[in-house]
Amino acid sequence: MELKQYNLNFLYQETFALTKRLFIQLQRRPSTLLAGILQPIIWLFLFGALFSKAPQGFLPGVDSYGNFLGAGLIVFTAFSGALNSGLPLMFDREFGFLNRLLVAPLASRLSIVLSSFFYITILSFVQSIVIMIVSYILGYGWPDFYGLGIVFMTLILLVLFVTSISLCLAFVLPGHIELIALIFVINLPLLFSSTALAPISFMPNWLGWLASLNPLTFAIEPIRIAYTQTMNLELVALHAPYGDLSCKSCISILFSLTVFSLIIIRPLLNRKLN
Amino acid sequence: MINSISMNYIQIKNLSKSYFDIDALTDFSIDIEAGILFGILGPNGAGKSTLIKILATLVEPDSGEVFINNINLIKNPRKIRELIGYVAQDIALDKILSGRELLDFQSDLYHMKKKEKYERIETLINQLEMNDWIDRKCGTYSGGMKRRIDLAAGLLHLPQLLILDEPTVGLDIESRNIIWQLLKDLKNEGMTIILSSHYLDEIDKLADSLVIIDDGKVIAEGKPALLKNKLGGDRITLKVREFSTPEESQKICEILSSIDGISQIVINKAQGYSINFVVEKEKDLLTKLKVELAFSKFEIFSLAQSQPSLDDVYLQATGKTLLDAEISMTGKRDLKKESKQSMR
Repeated sequence: MELKQYNLNFLYQETFALTKRLFIQLQRRPSTLLAGILQPIIWLFLFGALFSKAPQGFLPGVDSYGNFLGAGLIVFTAFSGALNSGLPLMFDREFGFLNRLLVAPLASRLSIVLSSFFYITILSFVQSIVIMIVSYILGYGWPDFYGLGIVFMTLILLVLFVTSISLCLAFVLPGHIELIALIFVINLPLLFSSTALAPISFMPNWLGWLASLNPLTFAIEPIRIAYTQTMNLELVALHAPYGDLSCKSCISILFSLTVFSLIIIRPLLNRKLN
Repeated sequence: MINSISMNYIQIKNLSKSYFDIDALTDFSIDIEAGILFGILGPNGAGKSTLIKILATLVEPDSGEVFINNINLIKNPRKIRELIGYVAQDIALDKILSGRELLDFQSDLYHMKKKEKYERIETLINQLEMNDWIDRKCGTYSGGMKRRIDLAAGLLHLPQLLILDEPTVGLDIESRNIIWQLLKDLKNEGMTIILSSHYLDEIDKLADSLVIIDDGKVIAEGKPALLKNKLGGDRITLKVREFSTPEESQKICEILSSIDGISQIVINKAQGYSINFVVEKEKDLLTKLKVELAFSKFEIFSLAQSQPSLDDVYLQATGKTLLDAEISMTGKRDLKKESKQSMR
């Protein structure tokens, strides 16, 4: 028991040090943080303006397009940040800094992964909160207390899911060029094939299927409910071609995907880090 | 600082490692005593870095065993990591962090207590003369500064064993001298140090004992003085022409073999088929040699006499000098591919 506590203290010390390093990097090179905030705000302004004169009732259950768009952009912000989370690790691999960590008697090399999770989760939260505040100022609403909890829980699940994939890619791909290329390929297509910008009812059948299988959609819809209605987990959040899904179902699917991805990447991380 | 340690502090038994089609180490075995500075000498691509990376637990061997302080490295890598400090060939610093922040970060990875780590960091800053620039970002450091901060990071937790992979490559004289002095001091304090290098003078000056590696194999092992003394007398390099033919060199070898007191005759292909050999001391063999060569109608183009060096030990074993081995390796190695292979 004493030994376990001893190791736990060590795990805390090394994870804190690794996370602190990432935040020092962010503090001294804040462009990633700023770009991650500015991009969705620009989208919010431009897309909000694009459909500002759309007829009333154009989108079911919302007052304006901006009100609809907010949830999509919050999720997209968290998703983009998490997708990039593998980059610092990839640079550490390429420049040999990872070896400095691997030579150290870490209590668990899981601390390398944990620090990335903490960093990206906090970063995504900061970015998302800024987007939420801007949305509120623009009159696109604010979730109630319970809804706010659902928003953050959904974001945590999404960030864990995408970060685990990104870290996995950082170990599998040969270099940062390949990782950046893949991020480019994945990022926008996933956004456009989700319900971030338009509901499924606006889409052709094939895209509707794609959107209703897209993990982003499972994060967007509960958040949208939190923005547009009084939060209730039993409310239908997604009218998918294969049937209606409640908020609870969407979150459960996201949770399952996260657990599945963490299980899948574990052997790879073990092999690469041990 | 150092615990009681058995005589053979490090035992390396039948170690083999290959990267795809390249055998980096083949059936490699050596023992290293505690409290000495042990040199690993060999040209680039000889297998030094692979050996160092195995000792630093960064690379797992294909076969063989390594024990450090009677701990099996392959079975208990974490315990080994507590014992060792590692200074890599390629200095990997976080350019955004200052030197002090990097040391602070490193000490947390080694789970040092707050008071202990700050004291230790200050000691190392003074010892390695880093006061003037320690609070600048690592990205602004010169090669020598980077090496010193890297060395400090390796020494933070007072390791029993310090492993250095070519630590003075490309360094200015001031930085090199500071590092050499530090290594001598650490050894005097009882630390065991493994130093890989392809600089003969570095190993000759610093190492108590060494192994010479070529092509992933041990070609000579022991104390520098003993290895050199094994060669016998003075080393002679003879040329009868600037670029001789193999046949001509072979003929000269036969002449030399017939002279009593001349031994260890080697044809150095890379140096225009020059002949290297050892002459026993206190014998005037060179006069006799000149007579014999003249009798066979050979003229001496050049003849150099020197005390045996570690390069001669290498030459004796491989038929080439370290410099020639370096040159012959240039172009053969795909450094990009090797770098990718060594990435985790």
